[in-house]
Amino acid sequence: MAKFDETPIIKDPARDGILAPPSIREGAAAGVNCYPSKPKDTRAIDLPTERVPDWQARGIQRLGELLERNKSLRVFMDICVRCGACADKCQFYLGTGDPNNMPVARAELLRAVYRRYFTLGGRVCPGASNAADLDEAMLQKWYTYFYQCSECRRCSVFCPYGIDTAEITMAAREVMCAMGVTTKYVTEVVAKVYEQGNNLGIPPPAWIDNCQFLEEDIQEITGIPIKFPVDDEGADVLLVPPSADNFANTDTMIGYAKLFHFLGVRWTTSTYCNEGGNFGLFLNYANMRKVNKRIVDAARMLGVKTIIWGECGHAWRGGIFTPALNGPMDEFDPPYPYHISQYMADMLHRGAFNGKLDKSANDQYLVTYHDPCNPARAGQLLEEPRELLRASCNRFQEMPDDTIREKTFCCGAGGGLLTDEIMAVRMAGGKPRAMAVKHVGANFVATPCAICKAQLPEVMKYWDVPAEVGGVIQLFCNALKM
Amino acid sequence: MSTSTALWTLFATFVAGLSYFAAITFVLGLLWRLVGYLRTPAPLPAAVTPAPETDGGAAVRVAGDVLLFPALFKADKALWAGAWVFHIALWVILLRHLRYFTYPVPGLSLLMSPVALWAGYVFGLAALYLFWRRLALPRTLYLSGLPDYLALILMGLIAVTGILVKYWLHVNLVDVKAFILGLMTLRPVAPPQHPLFLVHFLLVALLMLYFPFSKLLHAGGIFFSPTRNQPYEIQKRGKRWDRELRTRY
Repeated sequence: MAKFDETPIIKDPARDGILAPPSIREGAAAGVNCYPSKPKDTRAIDLPTERVPDWQARGIQRLGELLERNKSLRVFMDICVRCGACADKCQFYLGTGDPNNMPVARAELLRAVYRRYFTLGGRVCPGASNAADLDEAMLQKWYTYFYQCSECRRCSVFCPYGIDTAEITMAAREVMCAMGVTTKYVTEVVAKVYEQGNNLGIPPPAWIDNCQFLEEDIQEITGIPIKFPVDDEGADVLLVPPSADNFANTDTMIGYAKLFHFLGVRWTTSTYCNEGGNFGLFLNYANMRKVNKRIVDAARMLGVKTIIWGECGHAWRGGIFTPALNGPMDEFDPPYPYHISQYMADMLHRGAFNGKLDKSANDQYLVTYHDPCNPARAGQLLEEPRELLRASCNRFQEMPDDTIREKTFCCGAGGGLLTDEIMAVRMAGGKPRAMAVKHVGANFVATPCAICKAQLPEVMKYWDVPAEVGGVIQLFCNALKM
Repeated sequence: MSTSTALWTLFATFVAGLSYFAAITFVLGLLWRLVGYLRTPAPLPAAVTPAPETDGGAAVRVAGDVLLFPALFKADKALWAGAWVFHIALWVILLRHLRYFTYPVPGLSLLMSPVALWAGYVFGLAALYLFWRRLALPRTLYLSGLPDYLALILMGLIAVTGILVKYWLHVNLVDVKAFILGLMTLRPVAPPQHPLFLVHFLLVALLMLYFPFSKLLHAGGIFFSPTRNQPYEIQKRGKRWDRELRTRY
């Protein structure tokens, strides 16, 4: 029995792995809200500790500033025609049937306020212009539904104008930050990064301990002295993994170490920044920039030649933002930013693994590949992981076309939603992915994203799909003959 | 001067004045909005991938979006068909209308005559289909607001009056052309005394006034959508991003 209220979740089965658009269930997910932030976290990350007294004025002012600074937002506020092409494309609408989870309706929550205060029609005649005041009720809707969006961009693929609801969600959250309205989960994670260097709040000694433990473990199993270097000044490569890899997804962490050991590369992690995942993306620009800067700073402190981003979806989004956010990277070796899957694919093309891959090592798995949202729709990473899986697995099976590549479904917990109080929405959002996995009958879902690796096992369990979830590098290094 | 003549003169003056006002508002309003888009920075790479990696590739992608609506095709085939037919018919009609505005008439406008015969009907039917779709699907019914219906009703009325004056209650085309050319050469003459034509003409003026301040702006905005018009070039041209964008937010 589930430990949460399941009423927001639609239980209808899929046909051929695809969910039909549900009928509208108004307010179905309205009661599923993230916990509000705690003052100790917001204080640490330069945000108001509680809702500011003049929150309406502050919010409208911030929205005005963003409209001047962000072309996407400005264009997307005006040009939607409400054709409804995106309406049935969001996993949260498919899973809950709540009309405010249709991407266009979600965006209209911000647009209505934009029209009210920034357009002639909305100022003069709000009723006829689909405009609405920024009042208590509207703020409640913002807080609920902009935190039921995982910023996955699936809707933008189907929009004739490429309207990206993720940009709109980011703007709305930024406006809420200015008002002092934030969620506990996201603010807590960002505060931990400043405190300990990573999202999980693992202190440096524990990180080093974990690495030593993994070293001993792997020596015992394979008999090979594979190292997990930490803070190695003068190493060639700084790896920025998601911190969960050293804690929960240790198979992925072992994968990195095996790979670099095999290639004879001197690599390291950093205790100043052992986190690629950037929760600033889910909060506001200032924190996104500050969190991301730690990566470049760590690389400079250690004097590495290049930075490689590990298997983390929104870390890669932050990764491709890096030069724009944090300034020139020309002291590093190109290409930058560089993703571990790209690096491995490049090595594969150069023949580094010729004759060294034993595909039969993964024969117990029928593998399928789950494209995480950010690598697929923001980071041009579609071919590389597939190539790596085909090179290392005999049994690889794609899910239905409408659920992969740029049309991939979010796992249901990206964008700062990986928190237990909104479990109902997470399970609803994960449903399309679970149904597609069930359809192909895969028993291993490979994916290069720590949030997917945390969310998908729970989704598979909830929807009764017997599949293991793990990293691409995990399978690849499983097949690698050391 | 009889009262009716005086009233007609007054009305003709009003029509001429409104025409200029509508044309100026349309042009300046559109420029103001589009220049606003152009001047607003796009601080972060935003291309939705898989994306082309060059500026040329991105231009081709936007051109494809404008001409063929590939995203709608992926999303909903019936909507794609309705929307595409609607827009193509609109283009045929607009180009065909050039013959009232130009002398000599451009070849393209003349070439259209065999299809133009049908374009008005096709446009009207497509508008009707899009209107029906808004009401028929629970999702679009939920989403649609007054401005969505108004835009379609306005376009539909323009189509109906246009078809009527062309095929059923003919207006004298020579008078129409004299009226339009008069407006364009800043020597306005009285419009044709044909009520339906006047309704058609005034509705178009209304559309022009409404256009820059409504969702109809998608026609210009589509060229400025950063998710579509940016190439994915970050790994190729990191240094350009470094220089141009890092301090802009």
